[in-house]
Amino acid sequence: MKKILYILQKEFIQVFRNKTMLPMIFGVPIIQLVVLVHAATLEMKSIDLYIVDKDLSSLSTKLVNKFEGSPFYTISGRSFSIDQANKEIENNKADVILHIPNGFEHNLIRNNSSEIQLLIDGINGTAANLINAYSISVISDFNKNIIVDLTQMPKMAEMEPISIQTSFWYNPELNYKTYMLPGILVILVTIISLFMTAMNIVREKEMGTIEQINVTPIRKYEFIIGKLVPFMIIALFELAFGLTIGKIFFHIPIVGSVGLLFGFTLVYLLVVLSLGLFISTLASTQQQVMFISFFFMLVFILMSGIFTPTESMPLWAQRVNIINPFYYYMRVIRMILLKGSEFWDISREFFSLLIYGTIMLSLATWRYRKVA
Amino acid sequence: MVNHKNIIEVKNLVKKYGSFVANDNLTFEVKESEIFGFLGANGAGKTTTLKILSGLSYPTFGDVNIAGFDVYREREKVKRNIGYMSQKFSLYEDLTVKENIRFYGGIYGLSGRYIKEKTEDLLKRLKMEDIKDKLINSLPLGWKQKIAFSVAIFHNPKIVFLDEPTGGVDPITRRDFWEMIYEASNTGITVFVTTHYMDEAEYCDRVCIMDQGRIEAINTPSLLKKQYNAKNMDEVFIKIAR
Repeated sequence: MKKILYILQKEFIQVFRNKTMLPMIFGVPIIQLVVLVHAATLEMKSIDLYIVDKDLSSLSTKLVNKFEGSPFYTISGRSFSIDQANKEIENNKADVILHIPNGFEHNLIRNNSSEIQLLIDGINGTAANLINAYSISVISDFNKNIIVDLTQMPKMAEMEPISIQTSFWYNPELNYKTYMLPGILVILVTIISLFMTAMNIVREKEMGTIEQINVTPIRKYEFIIGKLVPFMIIALFELAFGLTIGKIFFHIPIVGSVGLLFGFTLVYLLVVLSLGLFISTLASTQQQVMFISFFFMLVFILMSGIFTPTESMPLWAQRVNIINPFYYYMRVIRMILLKGSEFWDISREFFSLLIYGTIMLSLATWRYRKVA
Repeated sequence: MVNHKNIIEVKNLVKKYGSFVANDNLTFEVKESEIFGFLGANGAGKTTTLKILSGLSYPTFGDVNIAGFDVYREREKVKRNIGYMSQKFSLYEDLTVKENIRFYGGIYGLSGRYIKEKTEDLLKRLKMEDIKDKLINSLPLGWKQKIAFSVAIFHNPKIVFLDEPTGGVDPITRRDFWEMIYEASNTGITVFVTTHYMDEAEYCDRVCIMDQGRIEAINTPSLLKKQYNAKNMDEVFIKIAR
């Protein structure tokens, strides 16, 4: 037991003496949270709208005004030529074209229906979907008013349209930051713990000091605890630090129990630190560690559901996610922070990770050899 | 020397890496508090043997007994009784002299008080009291190696294994280093040292010369010189290696 304390003491001295370490521990979370939360947003703030209004009637002008009045659109230009408009999209000057054909008002009044065309730049599918949804909501809003305006006759008035009340739970304003910040915290905690563990052990291999430790009677478990605990503490500190930043600067809600979150994080760290240890047994240089962990991190992060719901991934991807530690943590941190989930709600993830961590730690311990 | 008992016994030791035979059927003994030199050209298999003796590597075949313990079955007991200083320099560069000593003392399970007293005593003997709080990476190589040796015998092992401890060090520091080896030997520690400096071979009580994984000669330096009709160990070595 006392030997472990000597290892811990040495690790902490080394971490805090390393000139790149302190900026890493304090700087990285600030930069990641502040920059990424803003940058990794799916909200569309300024959609460049190009207008081709061939009707120039009072109704078509009303519709255009409706778009102009929306905070999401900026009018990038107008003309009567659809070819000109297409060019604007090709040159990336416009995201969407609103094409109102000649006779729009006429048809609407005469036939009670009329057509307009939306041409959306589809390079970024997600953005295109959002633009489509935004635009349709503007148009249908306009449509509703038209119906009221045009149908003053009593026979139509008795047809009460169905009204839909939408309310979004847990994130009522659909604030994207509230959704992204926990996700970025997950990445932060993981990178710090996984990289630092693996790099630390491999550095001892590179320096040759691991050999010196291997000739001592120190037991495997003593060495492993001594190596994992410091990074567990640092990762927990990162989480606390990140949550504080989120609370102060982004006012993210912390609905659930912080204690539960930290408890779950401990189990998560068991998995991640063991993965780090495992990688360190495979690699003999820090370069290899970078390469191996970078590969896994990229795949795991993209599949974790940070941007897109895992439920909409293909079945095979959902199956692969069983071994994706990010997937569990990404879900749970959002559940606890935003929904206030209790232990019972996250117990499936909790026990899955506990089993996963135990397997990983045993595997890594078995792979770690004092003797070649 | 003759009436001392064996502290290292190696019988028919073989180490293979695939089809390459690094150690080919080695048999030898080392006696208590002897300075035993292990000589050979680069790639002769010295480091391989040393790693097996110090428990860093498994033998493919053969019996190895260190300080009365078997390297297969009583690995941890073996480790408690040996010290090791590798060819690749093995102190923590980003720790101070004192912190390095404390760390290694600590993981050998020595008490904090004992470590503290012995560290002061050691620094006094090395005349390094002024630099005890300096980082290892700020010290010259010769000093580092002296400290590494002191750390290797800090827990009073019965045997200390030194793998080319004086590589790259100036002649004066080498002499100092050998003084330290003699001192350790006088306190009863058996010293097992590999080297390819033939002048250092003369300092050993007995030497073993290896070539291509095999032991070619094993005896005291003076008897070897007589046997090969040579003026110094250098000539002995060249005659054997050819």
